Amino acid sequence: MITLTPLRTFNVPIQTPCITPENFAGKTLTDIKKLPATEGNRNITLGDLFKIEQDPAETPNITLNGDLSKVKRVGQAMKSGEIVINGNIGMHTGEKMAGGKIIINGNAGGWTGSEMKKGTIEIHGDVGDYLASPYRGNDLGMKGGLITVDGNVGTDVGCYLKGGIIKITGSAGQFLGYHMTDGAIYVEKNCDVRTGACMTGGKIVVGGTLEILPSFTIDSIKPKVKVDNTTNVSGPFYVFLGDLSERGTGKIFANKAANPALAFYEKYL
Amino acid sequence: MTEILIKNGFVVDPRNKINCEKMDIAIKDNKIVQKVNEKQAHIIDASGLTVMAGGVDIHSHIAGAEVNTGRIIRPEDHYKDPVRKTSITRAGTGYSIPSTFVTGYRYAEMGYTSVFNGSIAPMKAKHAHEELNDIPLLDKGTYILTGDWWFVLENLAKNDIDECARLVSWLIYSTKGYSIKVVNPGGLESWGFGRNVHSIDDPVPNFCVTPREIMRGLIKVNKKLNMPHTIHLHTNNLGVPGNYQTTLDTMKALEDLSTDGKPVAHITHVQFACFKGENWRKFKSGAEDIAKYMNAHTHITLDMGQVTFSDTTTMTADGPFEFSLYELGGHLKWVNSDVETESSGGIIPFHYKRNSPVNALQWSIGLELALLIKDPWKIFMTTDHPNGGPFYDYPKVLAWLYSKKAREATLKKCHKSARKKSLLPSIDRELTLYEIAIMTRAGTAQALGLPNKGHLGVGADADVAVFNINPETLDIAQKFRTARKAFASAVYTIKDGIIVAKDGQIVNSQVPGRTIWVDAQTKDPCRIDDDMKRKFKEYWTIEYENYPVTDHYVKVSDKLTIKASV
Repeated sequence: MITLTPLRTFNVPIQTPCITPENFAGKTLTDIKKLPATEGNRNITLGDLFKIEQDPAETPNITLNGDLSKVKRVGQAMKSGEIVINGNIGMHTGEKMAGGKIIINGNAGGWTGSEMKKGTIEIHGDVGDYLASPYRGNDLGMKGGLITVDGNVGTDVGCYLKGGIIKITGSAGQFLGYHMTDGAIYVEKNCDVRTGACMTGGKIVVGGTLEILPSFTIDSIKPKVKVDNTTNVSGPFYVFLGDLSERGTGKIFANKAANPALAFYEKYL
Repeated sequence: MTEILIKNGFVVDPRNKINCEKMDIAIKDNKIVQKVNEKQAHIIDASGLTVMAGGVDIHSHIAGAEVNTGRIIRPEDHYKDPVRKTSITRAGTGYSIPSTFVTGYRYAEMGYTSVFNGSIAPMKAKHAHEELNDIPLLDKGTYILTGDWWFVLENLAKNDIDECARLVSWLIYSTKGYSIKVVNPGGLESWGFGRNVHSIDDPVPNFCVTPREIMRGLIKVNKKLNMPHTIHLHTNNLGVPGNYQTTLDTMKALEDLSTDGKPVAHITHVQFACFKGENWRKFKSGAEDIAKYMNAHTHITLDMGQVTFSDTTTMTADGPFEFSLYELGGHLKWVNSDVETESSGGIIPFHYKRNSPVNALQWSIGLELALLIKDPWKIFMTTDHPNGGPFYDYPKVLAWLYSKKAREATLKKCHKSARKKSLLPSIDRELTLYEIAIMTRAGTAQALGLPNKGHLGVGADADVAVFNINPETLDIAQKFRTARKAFASAVYTIKDGIIVAKDGQIVNSQVPGRTIWVDAQTKDPCRIDDDMKRKFKEYWTIEYENYPVTDHYVKVSDKLTIKASV
């Protein structure tokens, strides 16, 4: 196991796409210290930023400690292994991830799990905007894998989602599941406005309050819904189909008890 | 005063019929000279290296409103390829639509020294010149979309070629352009009404002309103005299956306008105009028919518009074509515009994929054309940057041209049905360095009418590229990857007698490069009367007085004054 601890407080953004289990595997500490990173607009090495230590324990492969909210791109394109982050982490964590596991014991920045293909990200804290969403302008949404968040998330979660599962214990910001085509998002608490805008497939399950766009239509009332093989949520739920402005057949499950304002839809059933 | 002597290189200079001969090239200031004082000159030892003239790109969208709108709608494209600043170069972004500075640097790294911008609408000329000013290390010029300009259509409808020529001369002067560009003649005007023209004899709505008359009329105009370049033509029905017939019709319609077998039109990105078959399912290559015609005629020059399998951005003034692409691709982003009384435009991000039968065959068509047309002075290498792929893919395209092995390696990865339909396995031709120099420098410079570019004769501009290819020891057809690397990063790029790139790295970014533009002086000036000004007031959003690009817009101006015969 390799442990990284910041040598000082970081004031400018740090890019460390080199922190992945594959990159560290088979390297000595001296080699790891020489791996490239950038601080602001300067090229430096990992050894300039972190105290790097090795201990005999096998898992997790990498542990990061301390305040890392300026550190970006940890675990980029990792394929296997495990990274544990004890503290807050910056943007683009686990971007293009293709396997393995990242555990974040703290808050995460925006674009966590962006363009993810496989693997697991566990966040025991809050997440910024664009969780599991592609970079602006792209339609390369998350394709598979699992993201669980214990806290709240910002706006634009799961944009262009093409597969995989996102579970959020807290609340979500607006534009949840924007343009999603497949996969599932489960929010235990409330959602801000425009949930599922432009969605054409997949499902969004919301346990708290939400607003339904006028381009969705009510389909039925279901007593419970299956998010994935391990999670069954009991309702009852209003099931909405949409987004009809995109000729979509995505489903939004809105908890009946939490949303008395949606009761008027029942007369269209 | 700078003097450079490039010693012992293998010089490839097709204009002067020099093929891999060991000789010295002497440079004094910004010209190539007979000899320099060896003691004073900076000596470049080029033994074992190939020396060519600086590359001349005949068609590449590097500046203008379209290019910039493309940049705006694709943040994810820049994100892929950030370019950091160095002590010499500025920061920027690359990939399919690079920023202006990066455009200049990357061309120079490949040994290119002159690039001509694919098209701009006259109204957007100011914008284009501001961007061209910011592209360093290259000599630039831009083509002006003239084919659907209302004044041209009006005068061609009246069959008044002389007045039309005077107006075009005024337009090229006012926009500081280099040549007449015709895009989907008639189609762009029709697009303003949601229509298109589907053959060269379809009438244009509201104007009593057909595409045939527009093309023929503008060729006559071009001749009367004695323009250095022929008209630059993007054919009708571009990107539509079965359009090779339209292309053939176009070529046949222009046959009789040629005198002494000289070219009268340059058909650009011809790969997109060589599709056979009634629909996309029955899509086939029309390269054989076009090549057969081209081998028998001399009045047309072509450039490839090669597809290079990359995630790129298509942009053209051909609005209706981009609309059909949007319908076809089901893409999420699409920009479409009608530029008032002049043109239209469209932009769509597009990813050419090897496993798509259509894209893979498109790749094959471009190469088939280049290889089946026997004379390299008739077809030039481009990717129609960024429509077929970004210009940094040129070394890849060259590799496919000079090496059958490289073609086979790519063809193996292509879609099955495209592999079956492709003619490439039956083509054994592998281009030599001499032919490559024609397709990238000598031929393009000749087609553009630039006597001082594309060769290394005495008096030519001191634009030189040195590549790490030893024609005596390196078999480029076999070791295509080594040669590809050599073409991607020139050992030396010399622009105006100054070394700007060394080993594929920019070493001097302070050479601004000139903007070459044409002032075709007519005997009588064109009639600028109240009626013309009224039309500007009524139909343009820009008034007559604000329309022209004033001289101060062009930072380093290189005016080419010619006497028109009208």
